[in-house]
Amino acid sequence: MTLSQREALQGFIYISPWIIGFLVFTVGPMIASAYLSLTDYNIVTPPRFAGLGNYEYMFGDRLFWKSIENTLYYTVIFVPIAIAGSLALAMLLNQRIAGRVALRTLYFLPSVTPVVAAAFLWLWIFQPQIGLMNSIISALGLGNGPLWLGHPGSSKPALIIISLWGALGGNTMLIFLAALQGIPRELYESADIDGAGGVGKFRYITVPSISPVILFNTVLGVIGALQMFTLAYVASSGRQQQFSPGGPLNSTLFYVLHLYNSAFDFWEMGYASALAWVFFVIVLAITGFQLWTSRRWVYYEGEDN
Amino acid sequence: MISEILPAWRVKRIIRYGLLYAVAYGLTIIFALPFLWAVSSSLKPVNELFLWPPQLIPKTWRFENYIEIWHVAPLARFFINTVFVTVFSVSGRILSAALVAYGFARFRFPFRNFLFLLLLSTLMLPYQVTIIPTFLLFKAFGWLDTYNPLIIPNWFGGAFAIFLFRQFFLTIPKDLDEAAKIDGANTLWIFIRIILPLSKPVVITMIVIGFLESWNDFFGPLIYLNTPEKYTLSLGLANFQRVVSAGGQATEHLLMAASMVMTLPSILVFILLQRYYIQGVVISSGSK
Repeated sequence: MTLSQREALQGFIYISPWIIGFLVFTVGPMIASAYLSLTDYNIVTPPRFAGLGNYEYMFGDRLFWKSIENTLYYTVIFVPIAIAGSLALAMLLNQRIAGRVALRTLYFLPSVTPVVAAAFLWLWIFQPQIGLMNSIISALGLGNGPLWLGHPGSSKPALIIISLWGALGGNTMLIFLAALQGIPRELYESADIDGAGGVGKFRYITVPSISPVILFNTVLGVIGALQMFTLAYVASSGRQQQFSPGGPLNSTLFYVLHLYNSAFDFWEMGYASALAWVFFVIVLAITGFQLWTSRRWVYYEGEDN
Repeated sequence: MISEILPAWRVKRIIRYGLLYAVAYGLTIIFALPFLWAVSSSLKPVNELFLWPPQLIPKTWRFENYIEIWHVAPLARFFINTVFVTVFSVSGRILSAALVAYGFARFRFPFRNFLFLLLLSTLMLPYQVTIIPTFLLFKAFGWLDTYNPLIIPNWFGGAFAIFLFRQFFLTIPKDLDEAAKIDGANTLWIFIRIILPLSKPVVITMIVIGFLESWNDFFGPLIYLNTPEKYTLSLGLANFQRVVSAGGQATEHLLMAASMVMTLPSILVFILLQRYYIQGVVISSGSK
């Protein structure tokens, strides 16, 4: 064996745990779920080939469309606010104010709070009759306040508020803050000499300088939002067990919740696998679309523009 | 008039900083209020939960709530279970990820870049896509209602951890390896005696990130664990209300106490080790 063959062999031995894991926990299951999605499978009796039946059924499944609607509603409202809000917080912490390290820690704490605990904290705050939120609303003279998670009209906004609380000061903000600190001061100084205002500096220096990070945070934010599960599950079923997760009236039935119910409540493993594959295609398409449009607005250093 | 004493630019500056401070510190109320409200509720007797308007400061402090929660639900059991799962998940992830990253960082082999790209692409793959066959696989292994599905997959690396370790290993000068190699050391010895000891910061980073992930995980325990005695904290907490309020009595004070007990370790780990955590998150975004 030559020296380079020896090196290659050793390299493969070191990375073998990942290769095995990748084959067993990623490639294998993806192939298996593609096959299962073409079958009827309830776990008890062996899978029965059903062709594209599950996919046909999906297009007529009212809950499938409802879950798509809910998930898009949540993503389209949550992600832009989370990105803009995190950036605003990062810019705030990038100023020379006393105690900003402590502030950063405090802003961050909601995002290390276990989602199940956060869900209960907020369920209690959103309690319609005696909760903190509605007592503040009525103290401000704004009337009785909504039923929040008890009503289909206010359940998604309530979940968005909880998610924002957990997300605004979190990883996204940390990444923005690091990116802001990486912008050379000279850029701002020369803009000052040219007489640029705050808005102009933000528009022409800050945003282009951190645009790769805006893209990174947006792509990850969208993928995360599309996967919304735990908060909705606990918020809709944790308190009152008589409701199935996703209520009231399926207003918080997000895509993954529908997948979960299909697989682990109704044991329709074939149909759930079809849902999983469609989810994969949706996530891939949305991510691809974002990367494609990013060519127009993301500026990479060292690239002619 | 102020403007007679202070020049205009100083007034502007004072107003600017005044506003900054007001916003920055005002926001802490929004972030902290749910915690304060939970702690306040967790220290109240039942009857005070329903006072209108709600009171932030309890009239009677009922510290016994924090003792009661350990009796009304097997919270200690959940706690031990969660520690068990977390310790073995995190240690397995770190050990295997470091080995794999060492392979990617220090050895030349065919398809290395392609394989690494493949590894990175799995970061974007939602876990739900593979969850059903994975569940069926573990069922075939007889692993349902055991901790194996929560722990064992961590012993095969994990894309994010591998990426982080590799980035770090690339910053360690190769001269160190070469010198040891000349002395006749084999590659595993170099990994254990030279690379790993230098990697303390990234190991700590992965302890924090891995801890938060395992400690807070809900989906895994939800689909794999059935026996209540085996529940982790997140699953136990989600079922807390059902266990405790069999009589239909309000239990929010206990629920809030249990929620805070579950949250405290996460907060402590983050506060103590946040420097390492932040470093890891920042490296992952590529903005360094």
